[in-house]
Amino acid sequence: MPALPLSMIWVVPALPLLGFLVNGTLALARPGAKRAVSIVGVGTLVLAFAAAALAVAEFGAQHATAPLVFRYWDWIPAGELQVPFALQLDQLSAVMILIVTGVGALIHVFSVGYMHDDPGYARYFAYLNLFVFFMLILVLGASFPVMFVGWEGVGLCSYLLIGFWFNEKINADAGKKAFIVNRIGDFGFLVAMFLIFWRVGSLDFATVFAKAPAAFAPAGALITAITLFLFLGCTGKSAQIPLYTWLPDAMQGPTPVSALIHAATMVTAGVYLVARCGVLFALSPIGSATVAGVGALTALFAATIALKQWDIKRVLAYSTVSQLGYMFVGVGTGAYAAGIFHLATHAFFKALLFLGSGSVIHAMHRAYHATHSHEDAQDMRNMGGLARYLPWTFSLMWIATLAIAGIPPFAGFFSKDEILGAAFAEATVRPAWYVFWALGLAAALLTAFYMTRLMLYTFHGPNRTGEREREHLHEAPWSMTGPLVVLGALTVAGGALNVPPLFGGGALLERWLEPVTGVASRLSPLVEVPHATEWALVVGAVLVAMLGIAGALRLLRPETLVPARLAPPESGFGRILWKKWYVDELYDALFVRPIMWLSREVLWKIVDVRIVDGLLVDGTAVVTRALGWIGSRLQTGEVGVYVVGFVVGVLAVLVAALR
Amino acid sequence: MLLAPALSVSAVLFTFGVAGVLLRRNAIVIFMCVELMLNAVNLTFVALAQQLGVAGQIFVFFVMAVAAAEAAVGLAILLAIFRHRQTLNLQNINLLKG
Amino acid sequence: MTPTLIVFWAFAGLAMGSALLCITRRNPVSSALWLVVTLFALAGLFVLLDAQFIAVLQVLVYAGAIMVLFLFVIMLLNIGRATRSDIKGAWGLGVGVLLAGLMMVQLLALRFGAPPQQLTLPPGAMARAAAEQGMVAAVARPLFSTYLVPFEITSILLLAALVGAVVLAKRKL
Repeated sequence: MPALPLSMIWVVPALPLLGFLVNGTLALARPGAKRAVSIVGVGTLVLAFAAAALAVAEFGAQHATAPLVFRYWDWIPAGELQVPFALQLDQLSAVMILIVTGVGALIHVFSVGYMHDDPGYARYFAYLNLFVFFMLILVLGASFPVMFVGWEGVGLCSYLLIGFWFNEKINADAGKKAFIVNRIGDFGFLVAMFLIFWRVGSLDFATVFAKAPAAFAPAGALITAITLFLFLGCTGKSAQIPLYTWLPDAMQGPTPVSALIHAATMVTAGVYLVARCGVLFALSPIGSATVAGVGALTALFAATIALKQWDIKRVLAYSTVSQLGYMFVGVGTGAYAAGIFHLATHAFFKALLFLGSGSVIHAMHRAYHATHSHEDAQDMRNMGGLARYLPWTFSLMWIATLAIAGIPPFAGFFSKDEILGAAFAEATVRPAWYVFWALGLAAALLTAFYMTRLMLYTFHGPNRTGEREREHLHEAPWSMTGPLVVLGALTVAGGALNVPPLFGGGALLERWLEPVTGVASRLSPLVEVPHATEWALVVGAVLVAMLGIAGALRLLRPETLVPARLAPPESGFGRILWKKWYVDELYDALFVRPIMWLSREVLWKIVDVRIVDGLLVDGTAVVTRALGWIGSRLQTGEVGVYVVGFVVGVLAVLVAALR
Repeated sequence: MLLAPALSVSAVLFTFGVAGVLLRRNAIVIFMCVELMLNAVNLTFVALAQQLGVAGQIFVFFVMAVAAAEAAVGLAILLAIFRHRQTLNLQNINLLKG
Repeated sequence: MTPTLIVFWAFAGLAMGSALLCITRRNPVSSALWLVVTLFALAGLFVLLDAQFIAVLQVLVYAGAIMVLFLFVIMLLNIGRATRSDIKGAWGLGVGVLLAGLMMVQLLALRFGAPPQQLTLPPGAMARAAAEQGMVAAVARPLFSTYLVPFEITSILLLAALVGAVVLAKRKL
């Protein structure tokens, strides 16, 4: 293979951008050209993955210890603020671009089958390509502003894709909710950027991280503020407490979108940010504790909600929020490699789960469409016993379920275990981490439980879809099942990426990421625990997972379920969980209603109507007319009056002359 | 040495001219007061020319020429106005009132 | 009190007195005639100020032509009789007197104030010039050399005034 210079790394994001431009034009001009759209949309992603793989291989061969920064042009040359448009290739961004383009390509292939009958086909692929472009800019950016461009861009695409079927209000509302909640996080990101620039004078990653240990007093107020504001951005983008409420609503979008954006890539941007800014977080114990603590709390909190959700995608959405919490525990503890490892494995099995559910929903839709029924195709109470009709989906989703529960040797076991191990180790020096570890362990138990519940209700037991619909249920076409198989293979084998020395592995990912994470690790070293403790933790975690699965199999009775329209409403504690701990209602009462009241009663009726319209606009007219009226009084037409004016003027000039 | 008193006289005459313009209503009389003002200025120029050179007197020459032209045209206008409105009272000539 | 000064103040007093009378007469003809007296007095002052040529011009042109023109127009319009008081009413009177008074105060203040630094007066420039080349030549020579352009333009101005006056005063164009 010819070795292209690595400065051509810009090709990797440029390919999906090209895809967006072509598909966008097709969406406007010839929406019916589905073949062309598919070829362009999928092709650009596959090529981007190939390019990324080549680039990473070349990069790896060079054994570079410093990041390679490629400046393309001067974006903002403003005195002290010099921000070039620059892309950075280092070990961390290499991992990220492989995940984004790889999983992205698989999901594009899946979308060809899933979205085949949709009239907005071209528009869908245009937006999806645009999203991949922005995500690549995000992870390849060499400075905070460039990363922020990607950050905002993926937020935009998320809005466009969540509200893809915008003709229904609920979808449009979901898109708006995602964007607005994200905006709050973005504010945090911006404030952090301002503070960093104020102290360091630059926004390039290389410069900031090199100067940070000297520029900021360790554990000082400024660095703590910066890390907390950065983390606020993360809670928005990566759906942690308190800004996670948009993610479940985002399930209104097409399922491949949920897989790509809200499982594998966009929501991981926050984890990437913390890993990238590891130096900053290492300098602030409060900051990193907040990250880990919020992550752990979110992990458990979301898991409790997932226990009682009936919509299959909602369960997976809360599961994503919960798993993101794990990743933050990892990077908050300083175990950056563990956090990124879980990011990668989660991308595999969560994408598999979402695409699998897409396959299920696709079949259910077909069935209901054929019988002209209006039942909810996503409600698990309408499913059941689908293993007979969708065997491939069934087996692959079980693989993913075992992975997410943390059963060896699947991918999730290794990654989740490393995070919990790191948390426990840290707890020996910082006791607060015991709480985080315990929360994580409890969340692991619940994760195993609700995922098994999902599988039980969907694939096992008697079928509740209906007599006439049953004959229309069948497996998805190969364009959809193919990517599932690939993801399944990755889920099985993915653990090999970072097998820890405990099991005799070489910890490949950790060693690969060492040049990037090393600085932070030296500032705030990870704690080592004896091997015996590690073994105990591993065994304990596996036992907990198995307990969760067994508990679900024992306690849950799928045969007692009834189809959704006949199901009785929830009651008691279950109702609280089903209603998501009433958080949305709480936010509505605390924030949304007061702001809407403020906007309507004060900002509109008083400020806009009275002050701006009345005082400033009409007032200017009134003043002008008054001045004009005064002027008109001077036009008496009498010469005598004019002469008096002359004389007064001359007297004034004489006064000036007398000085 | 006549400069100082001459300037005082000129100031007084000028003020009389201004007073006439402000106080009288008859257009022709106002015009005559304007001529008075011009003459006061002429006096100033001549007084200063005595010390500073002939340029002052040249200027007086031109003032007189312009005053003559102005008087001719101005009086012609007053004639035309009188023919229209049968009055030279400036307070009645206020068609420009806006 | 030199004789020059006495003669000066005599003419000056005459000028100021007749000016005052000019602006206060009710009969326009009286005003015109008092103005003529003022002009004559001023001509006398000019002579005292080494401006003999200008004095003669004053009598010939100003008093002799312009004032005659005024009197012609007054007679033509048949307004040469004393009217009820021509002076403005109380308000106008007050304003006028106030402003005129202010102006007099300011002008006298200027006159009695310190002269500007640059203005140092070499004595008797005009007298020297007149001694050298005679009074008329002293005025005429600059008029036809340095100030030739204004001189020519003034003649055009007079032409314009001539045409204008004729056109404006016609009964029918």
